[in-house]
Amino acid sequence: MALLFSAATAQAQLQIEIIDGNPAALPIAVVPFEWQEAGAPPIETVDTIVANDLYRSGLFDPMAAEDMPDRPTDMESIRFGTWRLLKVDYIVIGKVRTPMDGQGHEIHYELFDVHKQERLLSRITTVGPGDLRFGAHRVADSIYEALTGVPGAFSTRIAYVTATGIGNGIQYELVVADADGFGPQSIVGSPEPLLSPSWTPDGRKLAYVSFEQGNSAIYLQDVATGARELISSGKGINGAPAFSPDGRKMALTLSRSGNPEIYIRDMATGRTQQITQHWAIDTEPAFSPDGRFVYFTSDRGGRPQIYRVPVGGGNPERVTLEGEYNARASISPDGRKIAVAQGRGNEYRIAVWDIESERFSILTPGRLDESPSFAPNGSMILYATREGGRGVLSAVSADGSVRTRLILSEGDVREPAWSPVIR
Amino acid sequence: MKSAWRLTLALLIALTFAACKSTPETTEAPAEPTESKPPVVETKPAPNPSDFTDVRNFDNPESLLSKRVIYFDFDKSTVRAEYRGIVEAHAAYAASSGTARVTLEGHADERGTREYNLGLGERRGNAVSGLMSAQGARGSQLTVVSYGEERPTCRVSDEECWAMNRRVEIVYTAR
Repeated sequence: MALLFSAATAQAQLQIEIIDGNPAALPIAVVPFEWQEAGAPPIETVDTIVANDLYRSGLFDPMAAEDMPDRPTDMESIRFGTWRLLKVDYIVIGKVRTPMDGQGHEIHYELFDVHKQERLLSRITTVGPGDLRFGAHRVADSIYEALTGVPGAFSTRIAYVTATGIGNGIQYELVVADADGFGPQSIVGSPEPLLSPSWTPDGRKLAYVSFEQGNSAIYLQDVATGARELISSGKGINGAPAFSPDGRKMALTLSRSGNPEIYIRDMATGRTQQITQHWAIDTEPAFSPDGRFVYFTSDRGGRPQIYRVPVGGGNPERVTLEGEYNARASISPDGRKIAVAQGRGNEYRIAVWDIESERFSILTPGRLDESPSFAPNGSMILYATREGGRGVLSAVSADGSVRTRLILSEGDVREPAWSPVIR
Repeated sequence: MKSAWRLTLALLIALTFAACKSTPETTEAPAEPTESKPPVVETKPAPNPSDFTDVRNFDNPESLLSKRVIYFDFDKSTVRAEYRGIVEAHAAYAASSGTARVTLEGHADERGTREYNLGLGERRGNAVSGLMSAQGARGSQLTVVSYGEERPTCRVSDEECWAMNRRVEIVYTAR
């Protein structure tokens, strides 16, 4: 299955395509929502956004609107027998209206189990003017949670770096977009490389590495206002920023001692503490979800592997025990899995290390897959890959069963970072 | 890109230099119409390629000073024997010139992760820096900057191209 959900708005630049589908995807019908507001409905309707979100997760197989036998808007008019014959397991109906105060939108929606003829969900999501897409993602989040038991991550955002042009005309942009790739907005541009975007846990700011001053430097930037501060620009490498779960600390890589080591910066005082001490390359720190440990990449054993060290420093212990090259850990929100870029010969794939069973599962086909980033609900892993000589973003479900591709219209796309849940 | 600019600038300066000092058979004569005695510089002998204190050798393809890129094996930072001569030549020049300032730009190929490759690029820069220091260049003359895999010279995903990208560029910010 290679359905293409193409961009419906002019500014949208990404397209999403399912590469490997899930044969066990749940059949669901998201009936077109009744538009009760004054004026014409938006071209990209709420129900379309909801259906696309569910489809993209790989766990659902939404029915096309033109295949639907009718378009009920309340429970009484749902002919459950007909939907059952069409092999639809779940049905979503809804309407969009203007709230009493005349501002924004109210999305009323209900979810039914077709076989049991039972209502599973009945909710109203209220959003401000201009936030209808966000509202639709919230609807998809709660449907996803009602049917899978896991909170949805559709109303989150992603950050990534693009490089366009060649030679001296090359331009790097740090871009923030909706989790489905829509509404991309450049938050910083530079003729020098940008890399390693990392969200603060409140989803409001991004730390990143920029070479704009000639050497690597770490900046922290407010996504909404664009205000930014220089965090680190000392001699040598200033790289790999990552925040603690409470946002009070930043782990980073500095090579001021002569080689890359992991440091912890207190965001309130600006004081840094070195927590690794080895002549090897120690880099790419990532906090455990409980905030007690820092996972990092080190080649102290000869080749890069994932290690972890207590956040206050101490003896690092090796975590990944298989494979010749494991780097850039992204930790699952439950702390049980570690996604890495795994190298074998010239093939680099996204693999997930299960901490308890001490086993790897290889999730992607390669050949140059890197920068894994877990969704905040742990369901998917966003990563960078190369296709046809350029960088593109893909996402793979945490069990490897579903892969989707996010296609940017031009340029080289890399360094994805999935935002936390924005409340 | 800054490094490319620097190189271009260095090349321009060098070309101007070369044009003034040598090339006797070029058609420069009309430019100096009234001067009757022959310019002294034209009689100066070509630079000795192994005199690494002679700035003219930066543009003398016979001299190791004209070579300013060191290539590395995959995931390695050891300066291979075949490149040691180049590093020694630049160390000798730096040792002879109080004003020389050198930036060693370390690079990696695209394989592996970007931040690890920043570390690898720095390790390669440090290897060249260490060798130059051992050969008499002063630490204050040398700066290492790693660009990791961010500034490839070649953008194809194959062995040949990767080999071109695993490098340290010896960039003079002052001679």
